Amino acid sequence: MRGTRSTSVKSSLSLIAAGLLVLTGCSAGGGGGDAGAGDEATLRIVYQKSGEGSPLDTLMQDVKTQFEAGNENVTVQLEPVEGSDEDYATRLALSQRSPDTAPDVFYEDTFKVRSDVDAGYLLNLDPYLAEWPDWERFNEGAKAAGVADDGATYAVPLGTDTRVIWYNKKVLEAAGVEVPWAPKTWEDILAAARQIKVSQPDVVPFNMYAGTGTGEGTVMQSFYELLYGTDSQLYNEDQQKWVVGSQGFVDSLAFLKTLYDEELALTPAQALDPNIWQAVFGEYLPEDRMGGVVEGSYSPSFWQEGGMFEWADYGDVMGVAPFPTQNGQEPGAVSMSGGWTLAIGANSQNPDLAFEFLKTAMNQENLLKYTVDNSQIAVRSDIADDPTYLESNPFVADVSEVVDVTHYRPATSDYPEISTAAQQATEAVITGERTPEEAAADYDAAVRDIVGAENVVEE
Amino acid sequence: MTAGTSTRPALRPGAGPGHGNSGRTGALWLKLLPLAPAIALLGIFLAGPIIFSIYGSFTNAALTGKNAKDPQFIGFENYADLFRDPNFPQSLWLTVLFVFASAIVGQNLLGLGTALLMNKATKAIAAVVGVCVVAAWVLPEIVAAFVAYAFFFREGTLNQLTATVGIAPVDWLFEHPMLAIILANIWRGTAFSMMVYQAALNDVPQEISESAMIDGAGGALRLWYITLPMIRRSIATNLMLITLQTLAVFTLIYVMTAGGPSRRSATLPVMAYEEAFRYSNIGYGTAIAVVMILIGAVFSVVYIRLLKEK
Repeated sequence: MRGTRSTSVKSSLSLIAAGLLVLTGCSAGGGGGDAGAGDEATLRIVYQKSGEGSPLDTLMQDVKTQFEAGNENVTVQLEPVEGSDEDYATRLALSQRSPDTAPDVFYEDTFKVRSDVDAGYLLNLDPYLAEWPDWERFNEGAKAAGVADDGATYAVPLGTDTRVIWYNKKVLEAAGVEVPWAPKTWEDILAAARQIKVSQPDVVPFNMYAGTGTGEGTVMQSFYELLYGTDSQLYNEDQQKWVVGSQGFVDSLAFLKTLYDEELALTPAQALDPNIWQAVFGEYLPEDRMGGVVEGSYSPSFWQEGGMFEWADYGDVMGVAPFPTQNGQEPGAVSMSGGWTLAIGANSQNPDLAFEFLKTAMNQENLLKYTVDNSQIAVRSDIADDPTYLESNPFVADVSEVVDVTHYRPATSDYPEISTAAQQATEAVITGERTPEEAAADYDAAVRDIVGAENVVEE
Repeated sequence: MTAGTSTRPALRPGAGPGHGNSGRTGALWLKLLPLAPAIALLGIFLAGPIIFSIYGSFTNAALTGKNAKDPQFIGFENYADLFRDPNFPQSLWLTVLFVFASAIVGQNLLGLGTALLMNKATKAIAAVVGVCVVAAWVLPEIVAAFVAYAFFFREGTLNQLTATVGIAPVDWLFEHPMLAIILANIWRGTAFSMMVYQAALNDVPQEISESAMIDGAGGALRLWYITLPMIRRSIATNLMLITLQTLAVFTLIYVMTAGGPSRRSATLPVMAYEEAFRYSNIGYGTAIAVVMILIGAVFSVVYIRLLKEK
C-alpha cells in the first residue's frame, strides 16, 4: 500500500480501499514506525503531489538529498500522495489515526491546522521555534496561520496566496473594454461581460466557479470574493458564530445566477466538472476563448516554463485586477488567502530530526526556489526582497498588493461541512433548481444543523 | 412406589446412553474441530467488523477535531440525526431505485434472457457473446467505472455515436445521472446473472422439456411452467447475491458522478463516504453503513422466504 504512486488511479483506489476498511471498522495498520532504534533513523514525509516535477515534489526531493548528505544515519522516506486536496486531506487524516502510520513531517493545509491540533495530530513547535533565528523573518500574518486556539504555533507556513481577476487583454480589447481593466463594482463586471458576449459570442466572457465539482475552489475563487465584498459576513469572529439569514449571501448567489443565466460564464454542466479549472488554464485563457476568471495568485505557475500548461505569452496577454466590492464600498477590493504549511506529527519518534528537516526545507535558498516555482506569495522577508522573487513573474507585485484586503477562512472543524453547504447553494442556483432566496434558506438550515442553533447569529 | 423403585434400576442402565451422550458430545466436538479455523476467521473478518461498526455508530468518532482524540459514546444520537437529515430519504430512495432497476430488473432479466438465448445459439455465437458480456465483469471495478465514464460523459463515446446519426448530444452524467449509473451497473453486472442461469439451465433435464413439447406446449409456456420453476432456487440465490452486490456499489458511482449533480445520484454508500471522509464524521458515516447492513438483511430475509414457499 505504501510507497510512490505512479498514477492517480492507484491512489484513488487505495483511498477507496482505506475508506472501505474504516467504514467497516478495520484499521489499516502495520508498517512504518521503524524509526528510533539506535543511531539509525527514518523520517517519513507525506505530501501532496500534483504531477511529475511539481514544485513541492522538487522541493522534497532536494531537501531529502541535502538532509541525507548532512545526516548519514538518517533515511528520508518520501511518501507523495497523488490526488485532489480533499483526497489528500482524507488520506493524511486516516494515516494520523494510528501512531504506527502517522508521518513525521507533512504538508498541511492552513485551514486544517486548528482542527488537527484539536485532534492531537500536530506537535507544538514553540520550543523549537524559540531556538530558530530564521523564524523572525517570517511575516506575522503568515505566522498566524499556524497558531492554534491555545496560542502556540503548530505549523510553519510555506507560502501564502491571494485571489484576483485574471483577464485576457486581447478579448477585452476586442470588445472595446479599456485595458488595464479595473472594475469598481459587481455591475462593472457584468457590463464588461455583456460587452464581450455581444462582440464575441463564442467566448466565455467572465467565469466564476460554482457547484460542488470544483470543491473548495468554488468558495475560495468565487463565492467568498462575492460574499466578503458585501456588507455581510460568513462568520462573526467577535462572537465566534456562523452568520445566517444574510442579505449578502442572497446577493452573492443572485450574482452567480445572473452570470450563468445570461451565459456569461461556462455552462452549468461544465462548471460541475471537477477538472474544469484545467481547461480554464490550459485551453480557454491561452486560446483567447475566455474574457476573465477569478483565480489564485499561483496562476503563473501553470503557464511559466516547466508548468502544467506552458504559455510563453501569458505575461503580455494576461492582466490582473483586484476583485471589487459589491457597490464599491470600502475597502474597494476583496481577496481570499489560504496557503500550506509543514507540520510535525505529535507522535513522531524523532521530533528533533523532524524539525531539522523542516528547517532545511524552509531555509532561504530552498524556500525561495519553491516560492518562485509555485508562484507563491513570499512569507519570509529575505525572500520577499529577493530580486529572483520580485522578477519571477510579471504579476508578483499586483497579487501581493491585495494582501491588504485579503481574508482567511474561519478554520474551525465544522468549516469543511459548511463550505460544502455553501457550494451546494451555488450549485442549486446555477442549475436553476432553487432561487437565490431558497438556496440561502437551505444553507441557513444546513448551518444550524451542522453547528447547532446556539452557534449561529441571525443577521 | 415399587413401580418407581423398580423403574429406577431400569433407568440406571438408561444412564448408559447418558454416558454415550457425553461420548457423542466429545465426538461432536471432534467433528467441529476442523471447522474452528473457519469459524474463527468468519468471526474475525465478518462478525468483527460488523460488531465494531455497530459500536462505532454509537460514538461521535471523527477524523479531525477534538472528537478524533477523544470519541464519546452518544447512544442513538447518530441515528436520530440520520432520520432528521433531509438528505437521507433521498439517498434511501435512490439506493432502492438503483438496486431495483439495475439489479433486480436489469441484471437479472437480461442475464436470464442472455442465458436462454445462448442455450439455443450455435457454439461460435455463444462464445462471442459470452466473451463480450463477461469482459465487463472481469474488469476491475475502477477500470469499469472509467470506461463507463468515458462512454457517458459530455464528449464521450455515446455522444460521438449518436452524433453520427444526427442526434444532438445529451449530457448524460449531468441530465440523467441515475439512468447513466443504472445502465453502467447493468452492463457491468449482467455477466454474473448470466453465468448463474447458464449453470442452472444446464441442470434442467432435456426429457421434461421434450415431453412438454410433445404435449404441445409452446416456448413461452415451457419457460413459465417448466424451466422457471425448476431453476427457482438459482433465481432466489442470484437475486440475493446481486442485490447485496449492488447495494454496496460505490466506486462505479463515485467515479462517474461522485453523487452529483446536486446529490441526484448520491446513494447511501456515497452519502456514507461523504459524511465519514469529506466531513470527517466517522461515527455518523458508520451509522449509515449500519443502516445499509439492515437494508441488506431485509432483502435477504425476503429472498430466503421466497425460496421456502411453494
